[in-house]
Amino acid sequence: MKKLINAPDDVVREELEGMALAHPDLVRVSLDPFMVLRADAPVRGKVGLVSGGGSGHEPMHGGFVGRGMLDAACPGQVFTSPTPDQILAATKAVDGGAGVVHIVKNYTGDVLNFEMAAELAREEGIDVEAVVIDDDVAVKDSLYTAGRRGVGATVLAEKLCGAAAEQGRALKEVADICRHVDELGRSMGMALTSCATPAAGRPTFELGDDEMEIGIGIHGEPGRERMKVAPACDVVAMLAGTIVDDLPFRAGDNVLAFVNGMGGTPLIELYVVYRELHAFLAERGITIQRNLVGSYITSLEMAGCSITLLKLDDELVELWDAPVVTAGLRWGA
Amino acid sequence: MAEHKDRLTELDAAIGDADHGTNMDRGMRAVVAKLEGTEEGDLARLFKTVGMTLVATVGGAAGPLYGTLFLRMATAVGERSELDAEGWATVLEAGVGGVQDRGKAVAGDKTMVDALLPAAAAFRATVDRGGSGAEAWHRAAVAARAGVKATIPMVARKGRASYLGERSAGHQDPGATSSYLLVECGAEVLGSTQAVSR
Repeated sequence: MKKLINAPDDVVREELEGMALAHPDLVRVSLDPFMVLRADAPVRGKVGLVSGGGSGHEPMHGGFVGRGMLDAACPGQVFTSPTPDQILAATKAVDGGAGVVHIVKNYTGDVLNFEMAAELAREEGIDVEAVVIDDDVAVKDSLYTAGRRGVGATVLAEKLCGAAAEQGRALKEVADICRHVDELGRSMGMALTSCATPAAGRPTFELGDDEMEIGIGIHGEPGRERMKVAPACDVVAMLAGTIVDDLPFRAGDNVLAFVNGMGGTPLIELYVVYRELHAFLAERGITIQRNLVGSYITSLEMAGCSITLLKLDDELVELWDAPVVTAGLRWGA
Repeated sequence: MAEHKDRLTELDAAIGDADHGTNMDRGMRAVVAKLEGTEEGDLARLFKTVGMTLVATVGGAAGPLYGTLFLRMATAVGERSELDAEGWATVLEAGVGGVQDRGKAVAGDKTMVDALLPAAAAFRATVDRGGSGAEAWHRAAVAARAGVKATIPMVARKGRASYLGERSAGHQDPGATSSYLLVECGAEVLGSTQAVSR
């Protein structure tokens, strides 16, 4: 597959160099180890927020570093977890004395690397609370799997916890908000096309021209079911239906509705999806109180979308509306 | 790992995220570079260097898992500057125990453990009945290879492949495969002239 790159091995470094050049007001970038740090880190007395994961999901996580969101992002190679030494370095760089929250997506690699990093950080005297996000309803949550994957709710958790940390809340409170978001948020995605990592150069999986994969993961992990491409209204019914039944979301609930593009789907289609989602939820008496539409947690050039619903309360609405100044999300400032 | 890089990535593409070969190759190249010029005789330091290098360079789940394998071997080797067959059996068991502690996998989950556990057990069994270290390495490699083959029909219960549920059956586990390759290298280097069939 064609890529707009120089060399596969240089993609992550060159992307970070580009970010540093584009956003010197927001971030400082370290190339050894790879880290995107808030420009004014560490912020004295503020709980630090660190996330990270494989690259290829931009703007997550590096694009969410800045005031009101993350203090540091640790990008791994494409679709590969960051390493403990890297996460430890980021944790130390952003610790302002109030402790650090690790926001971890539930993938075995991410969990193990963050776990090792948290152990090392605690040995160095930094308070670390780790919260694992696992919101993907496409995956069965049982003792016999690694559990649900962390997807769209991660973006929401980073924004909401970032706002809470900015308000000066304590370590445990910020971590509890993160857990709260994970408990009340559910997601599911679908793909119209595959994606190719720069290193592999060819599609991660094969999908026929007339097929779609329902329940896709953000690394191209196969989903629940492969079927013929269907109209947006049917796709939304499948995704949102599974999500609504899972929590469950009920008539009278207020939600944040997040329609996310997988990287290769234009905004025109995402708004069609949002229209369908709005109708689907209205029919069930569920009110969209806040929304986010755009490509925020992507899977390289994959075409497709995911839907995330988060049940809102007054506190979460206030945190959502609080100012955020990052490359990927910016409002209120 | 360099030789089998593409094969490992291909296996990973079927049930994972197609990076295992690239990651293991990068990690092992870094290990080789680090070990050049390392003093011989300090085994704990040697294993620790390997472990920390893998942790820092492999990424994925394999980084902390293989890193923990070698770090636990470093702890188990203690002050020793040489390992006899009995010593190797103990060190290997400690390393495999570390992998299980870190990843929480048991036999049959379709992971590295399915190659490592039988390898360590075969090594121990050979030593216990008076076999030589060379023979123990040979038997460990054979057991690891059988363990890899046994992962093919398994349904994954840990790691990314577990998301596939039943669809993970019919594929050889990439992590078990790289574990076998390590044991096989051990057998080639430490296990006599007796060639271990691939």
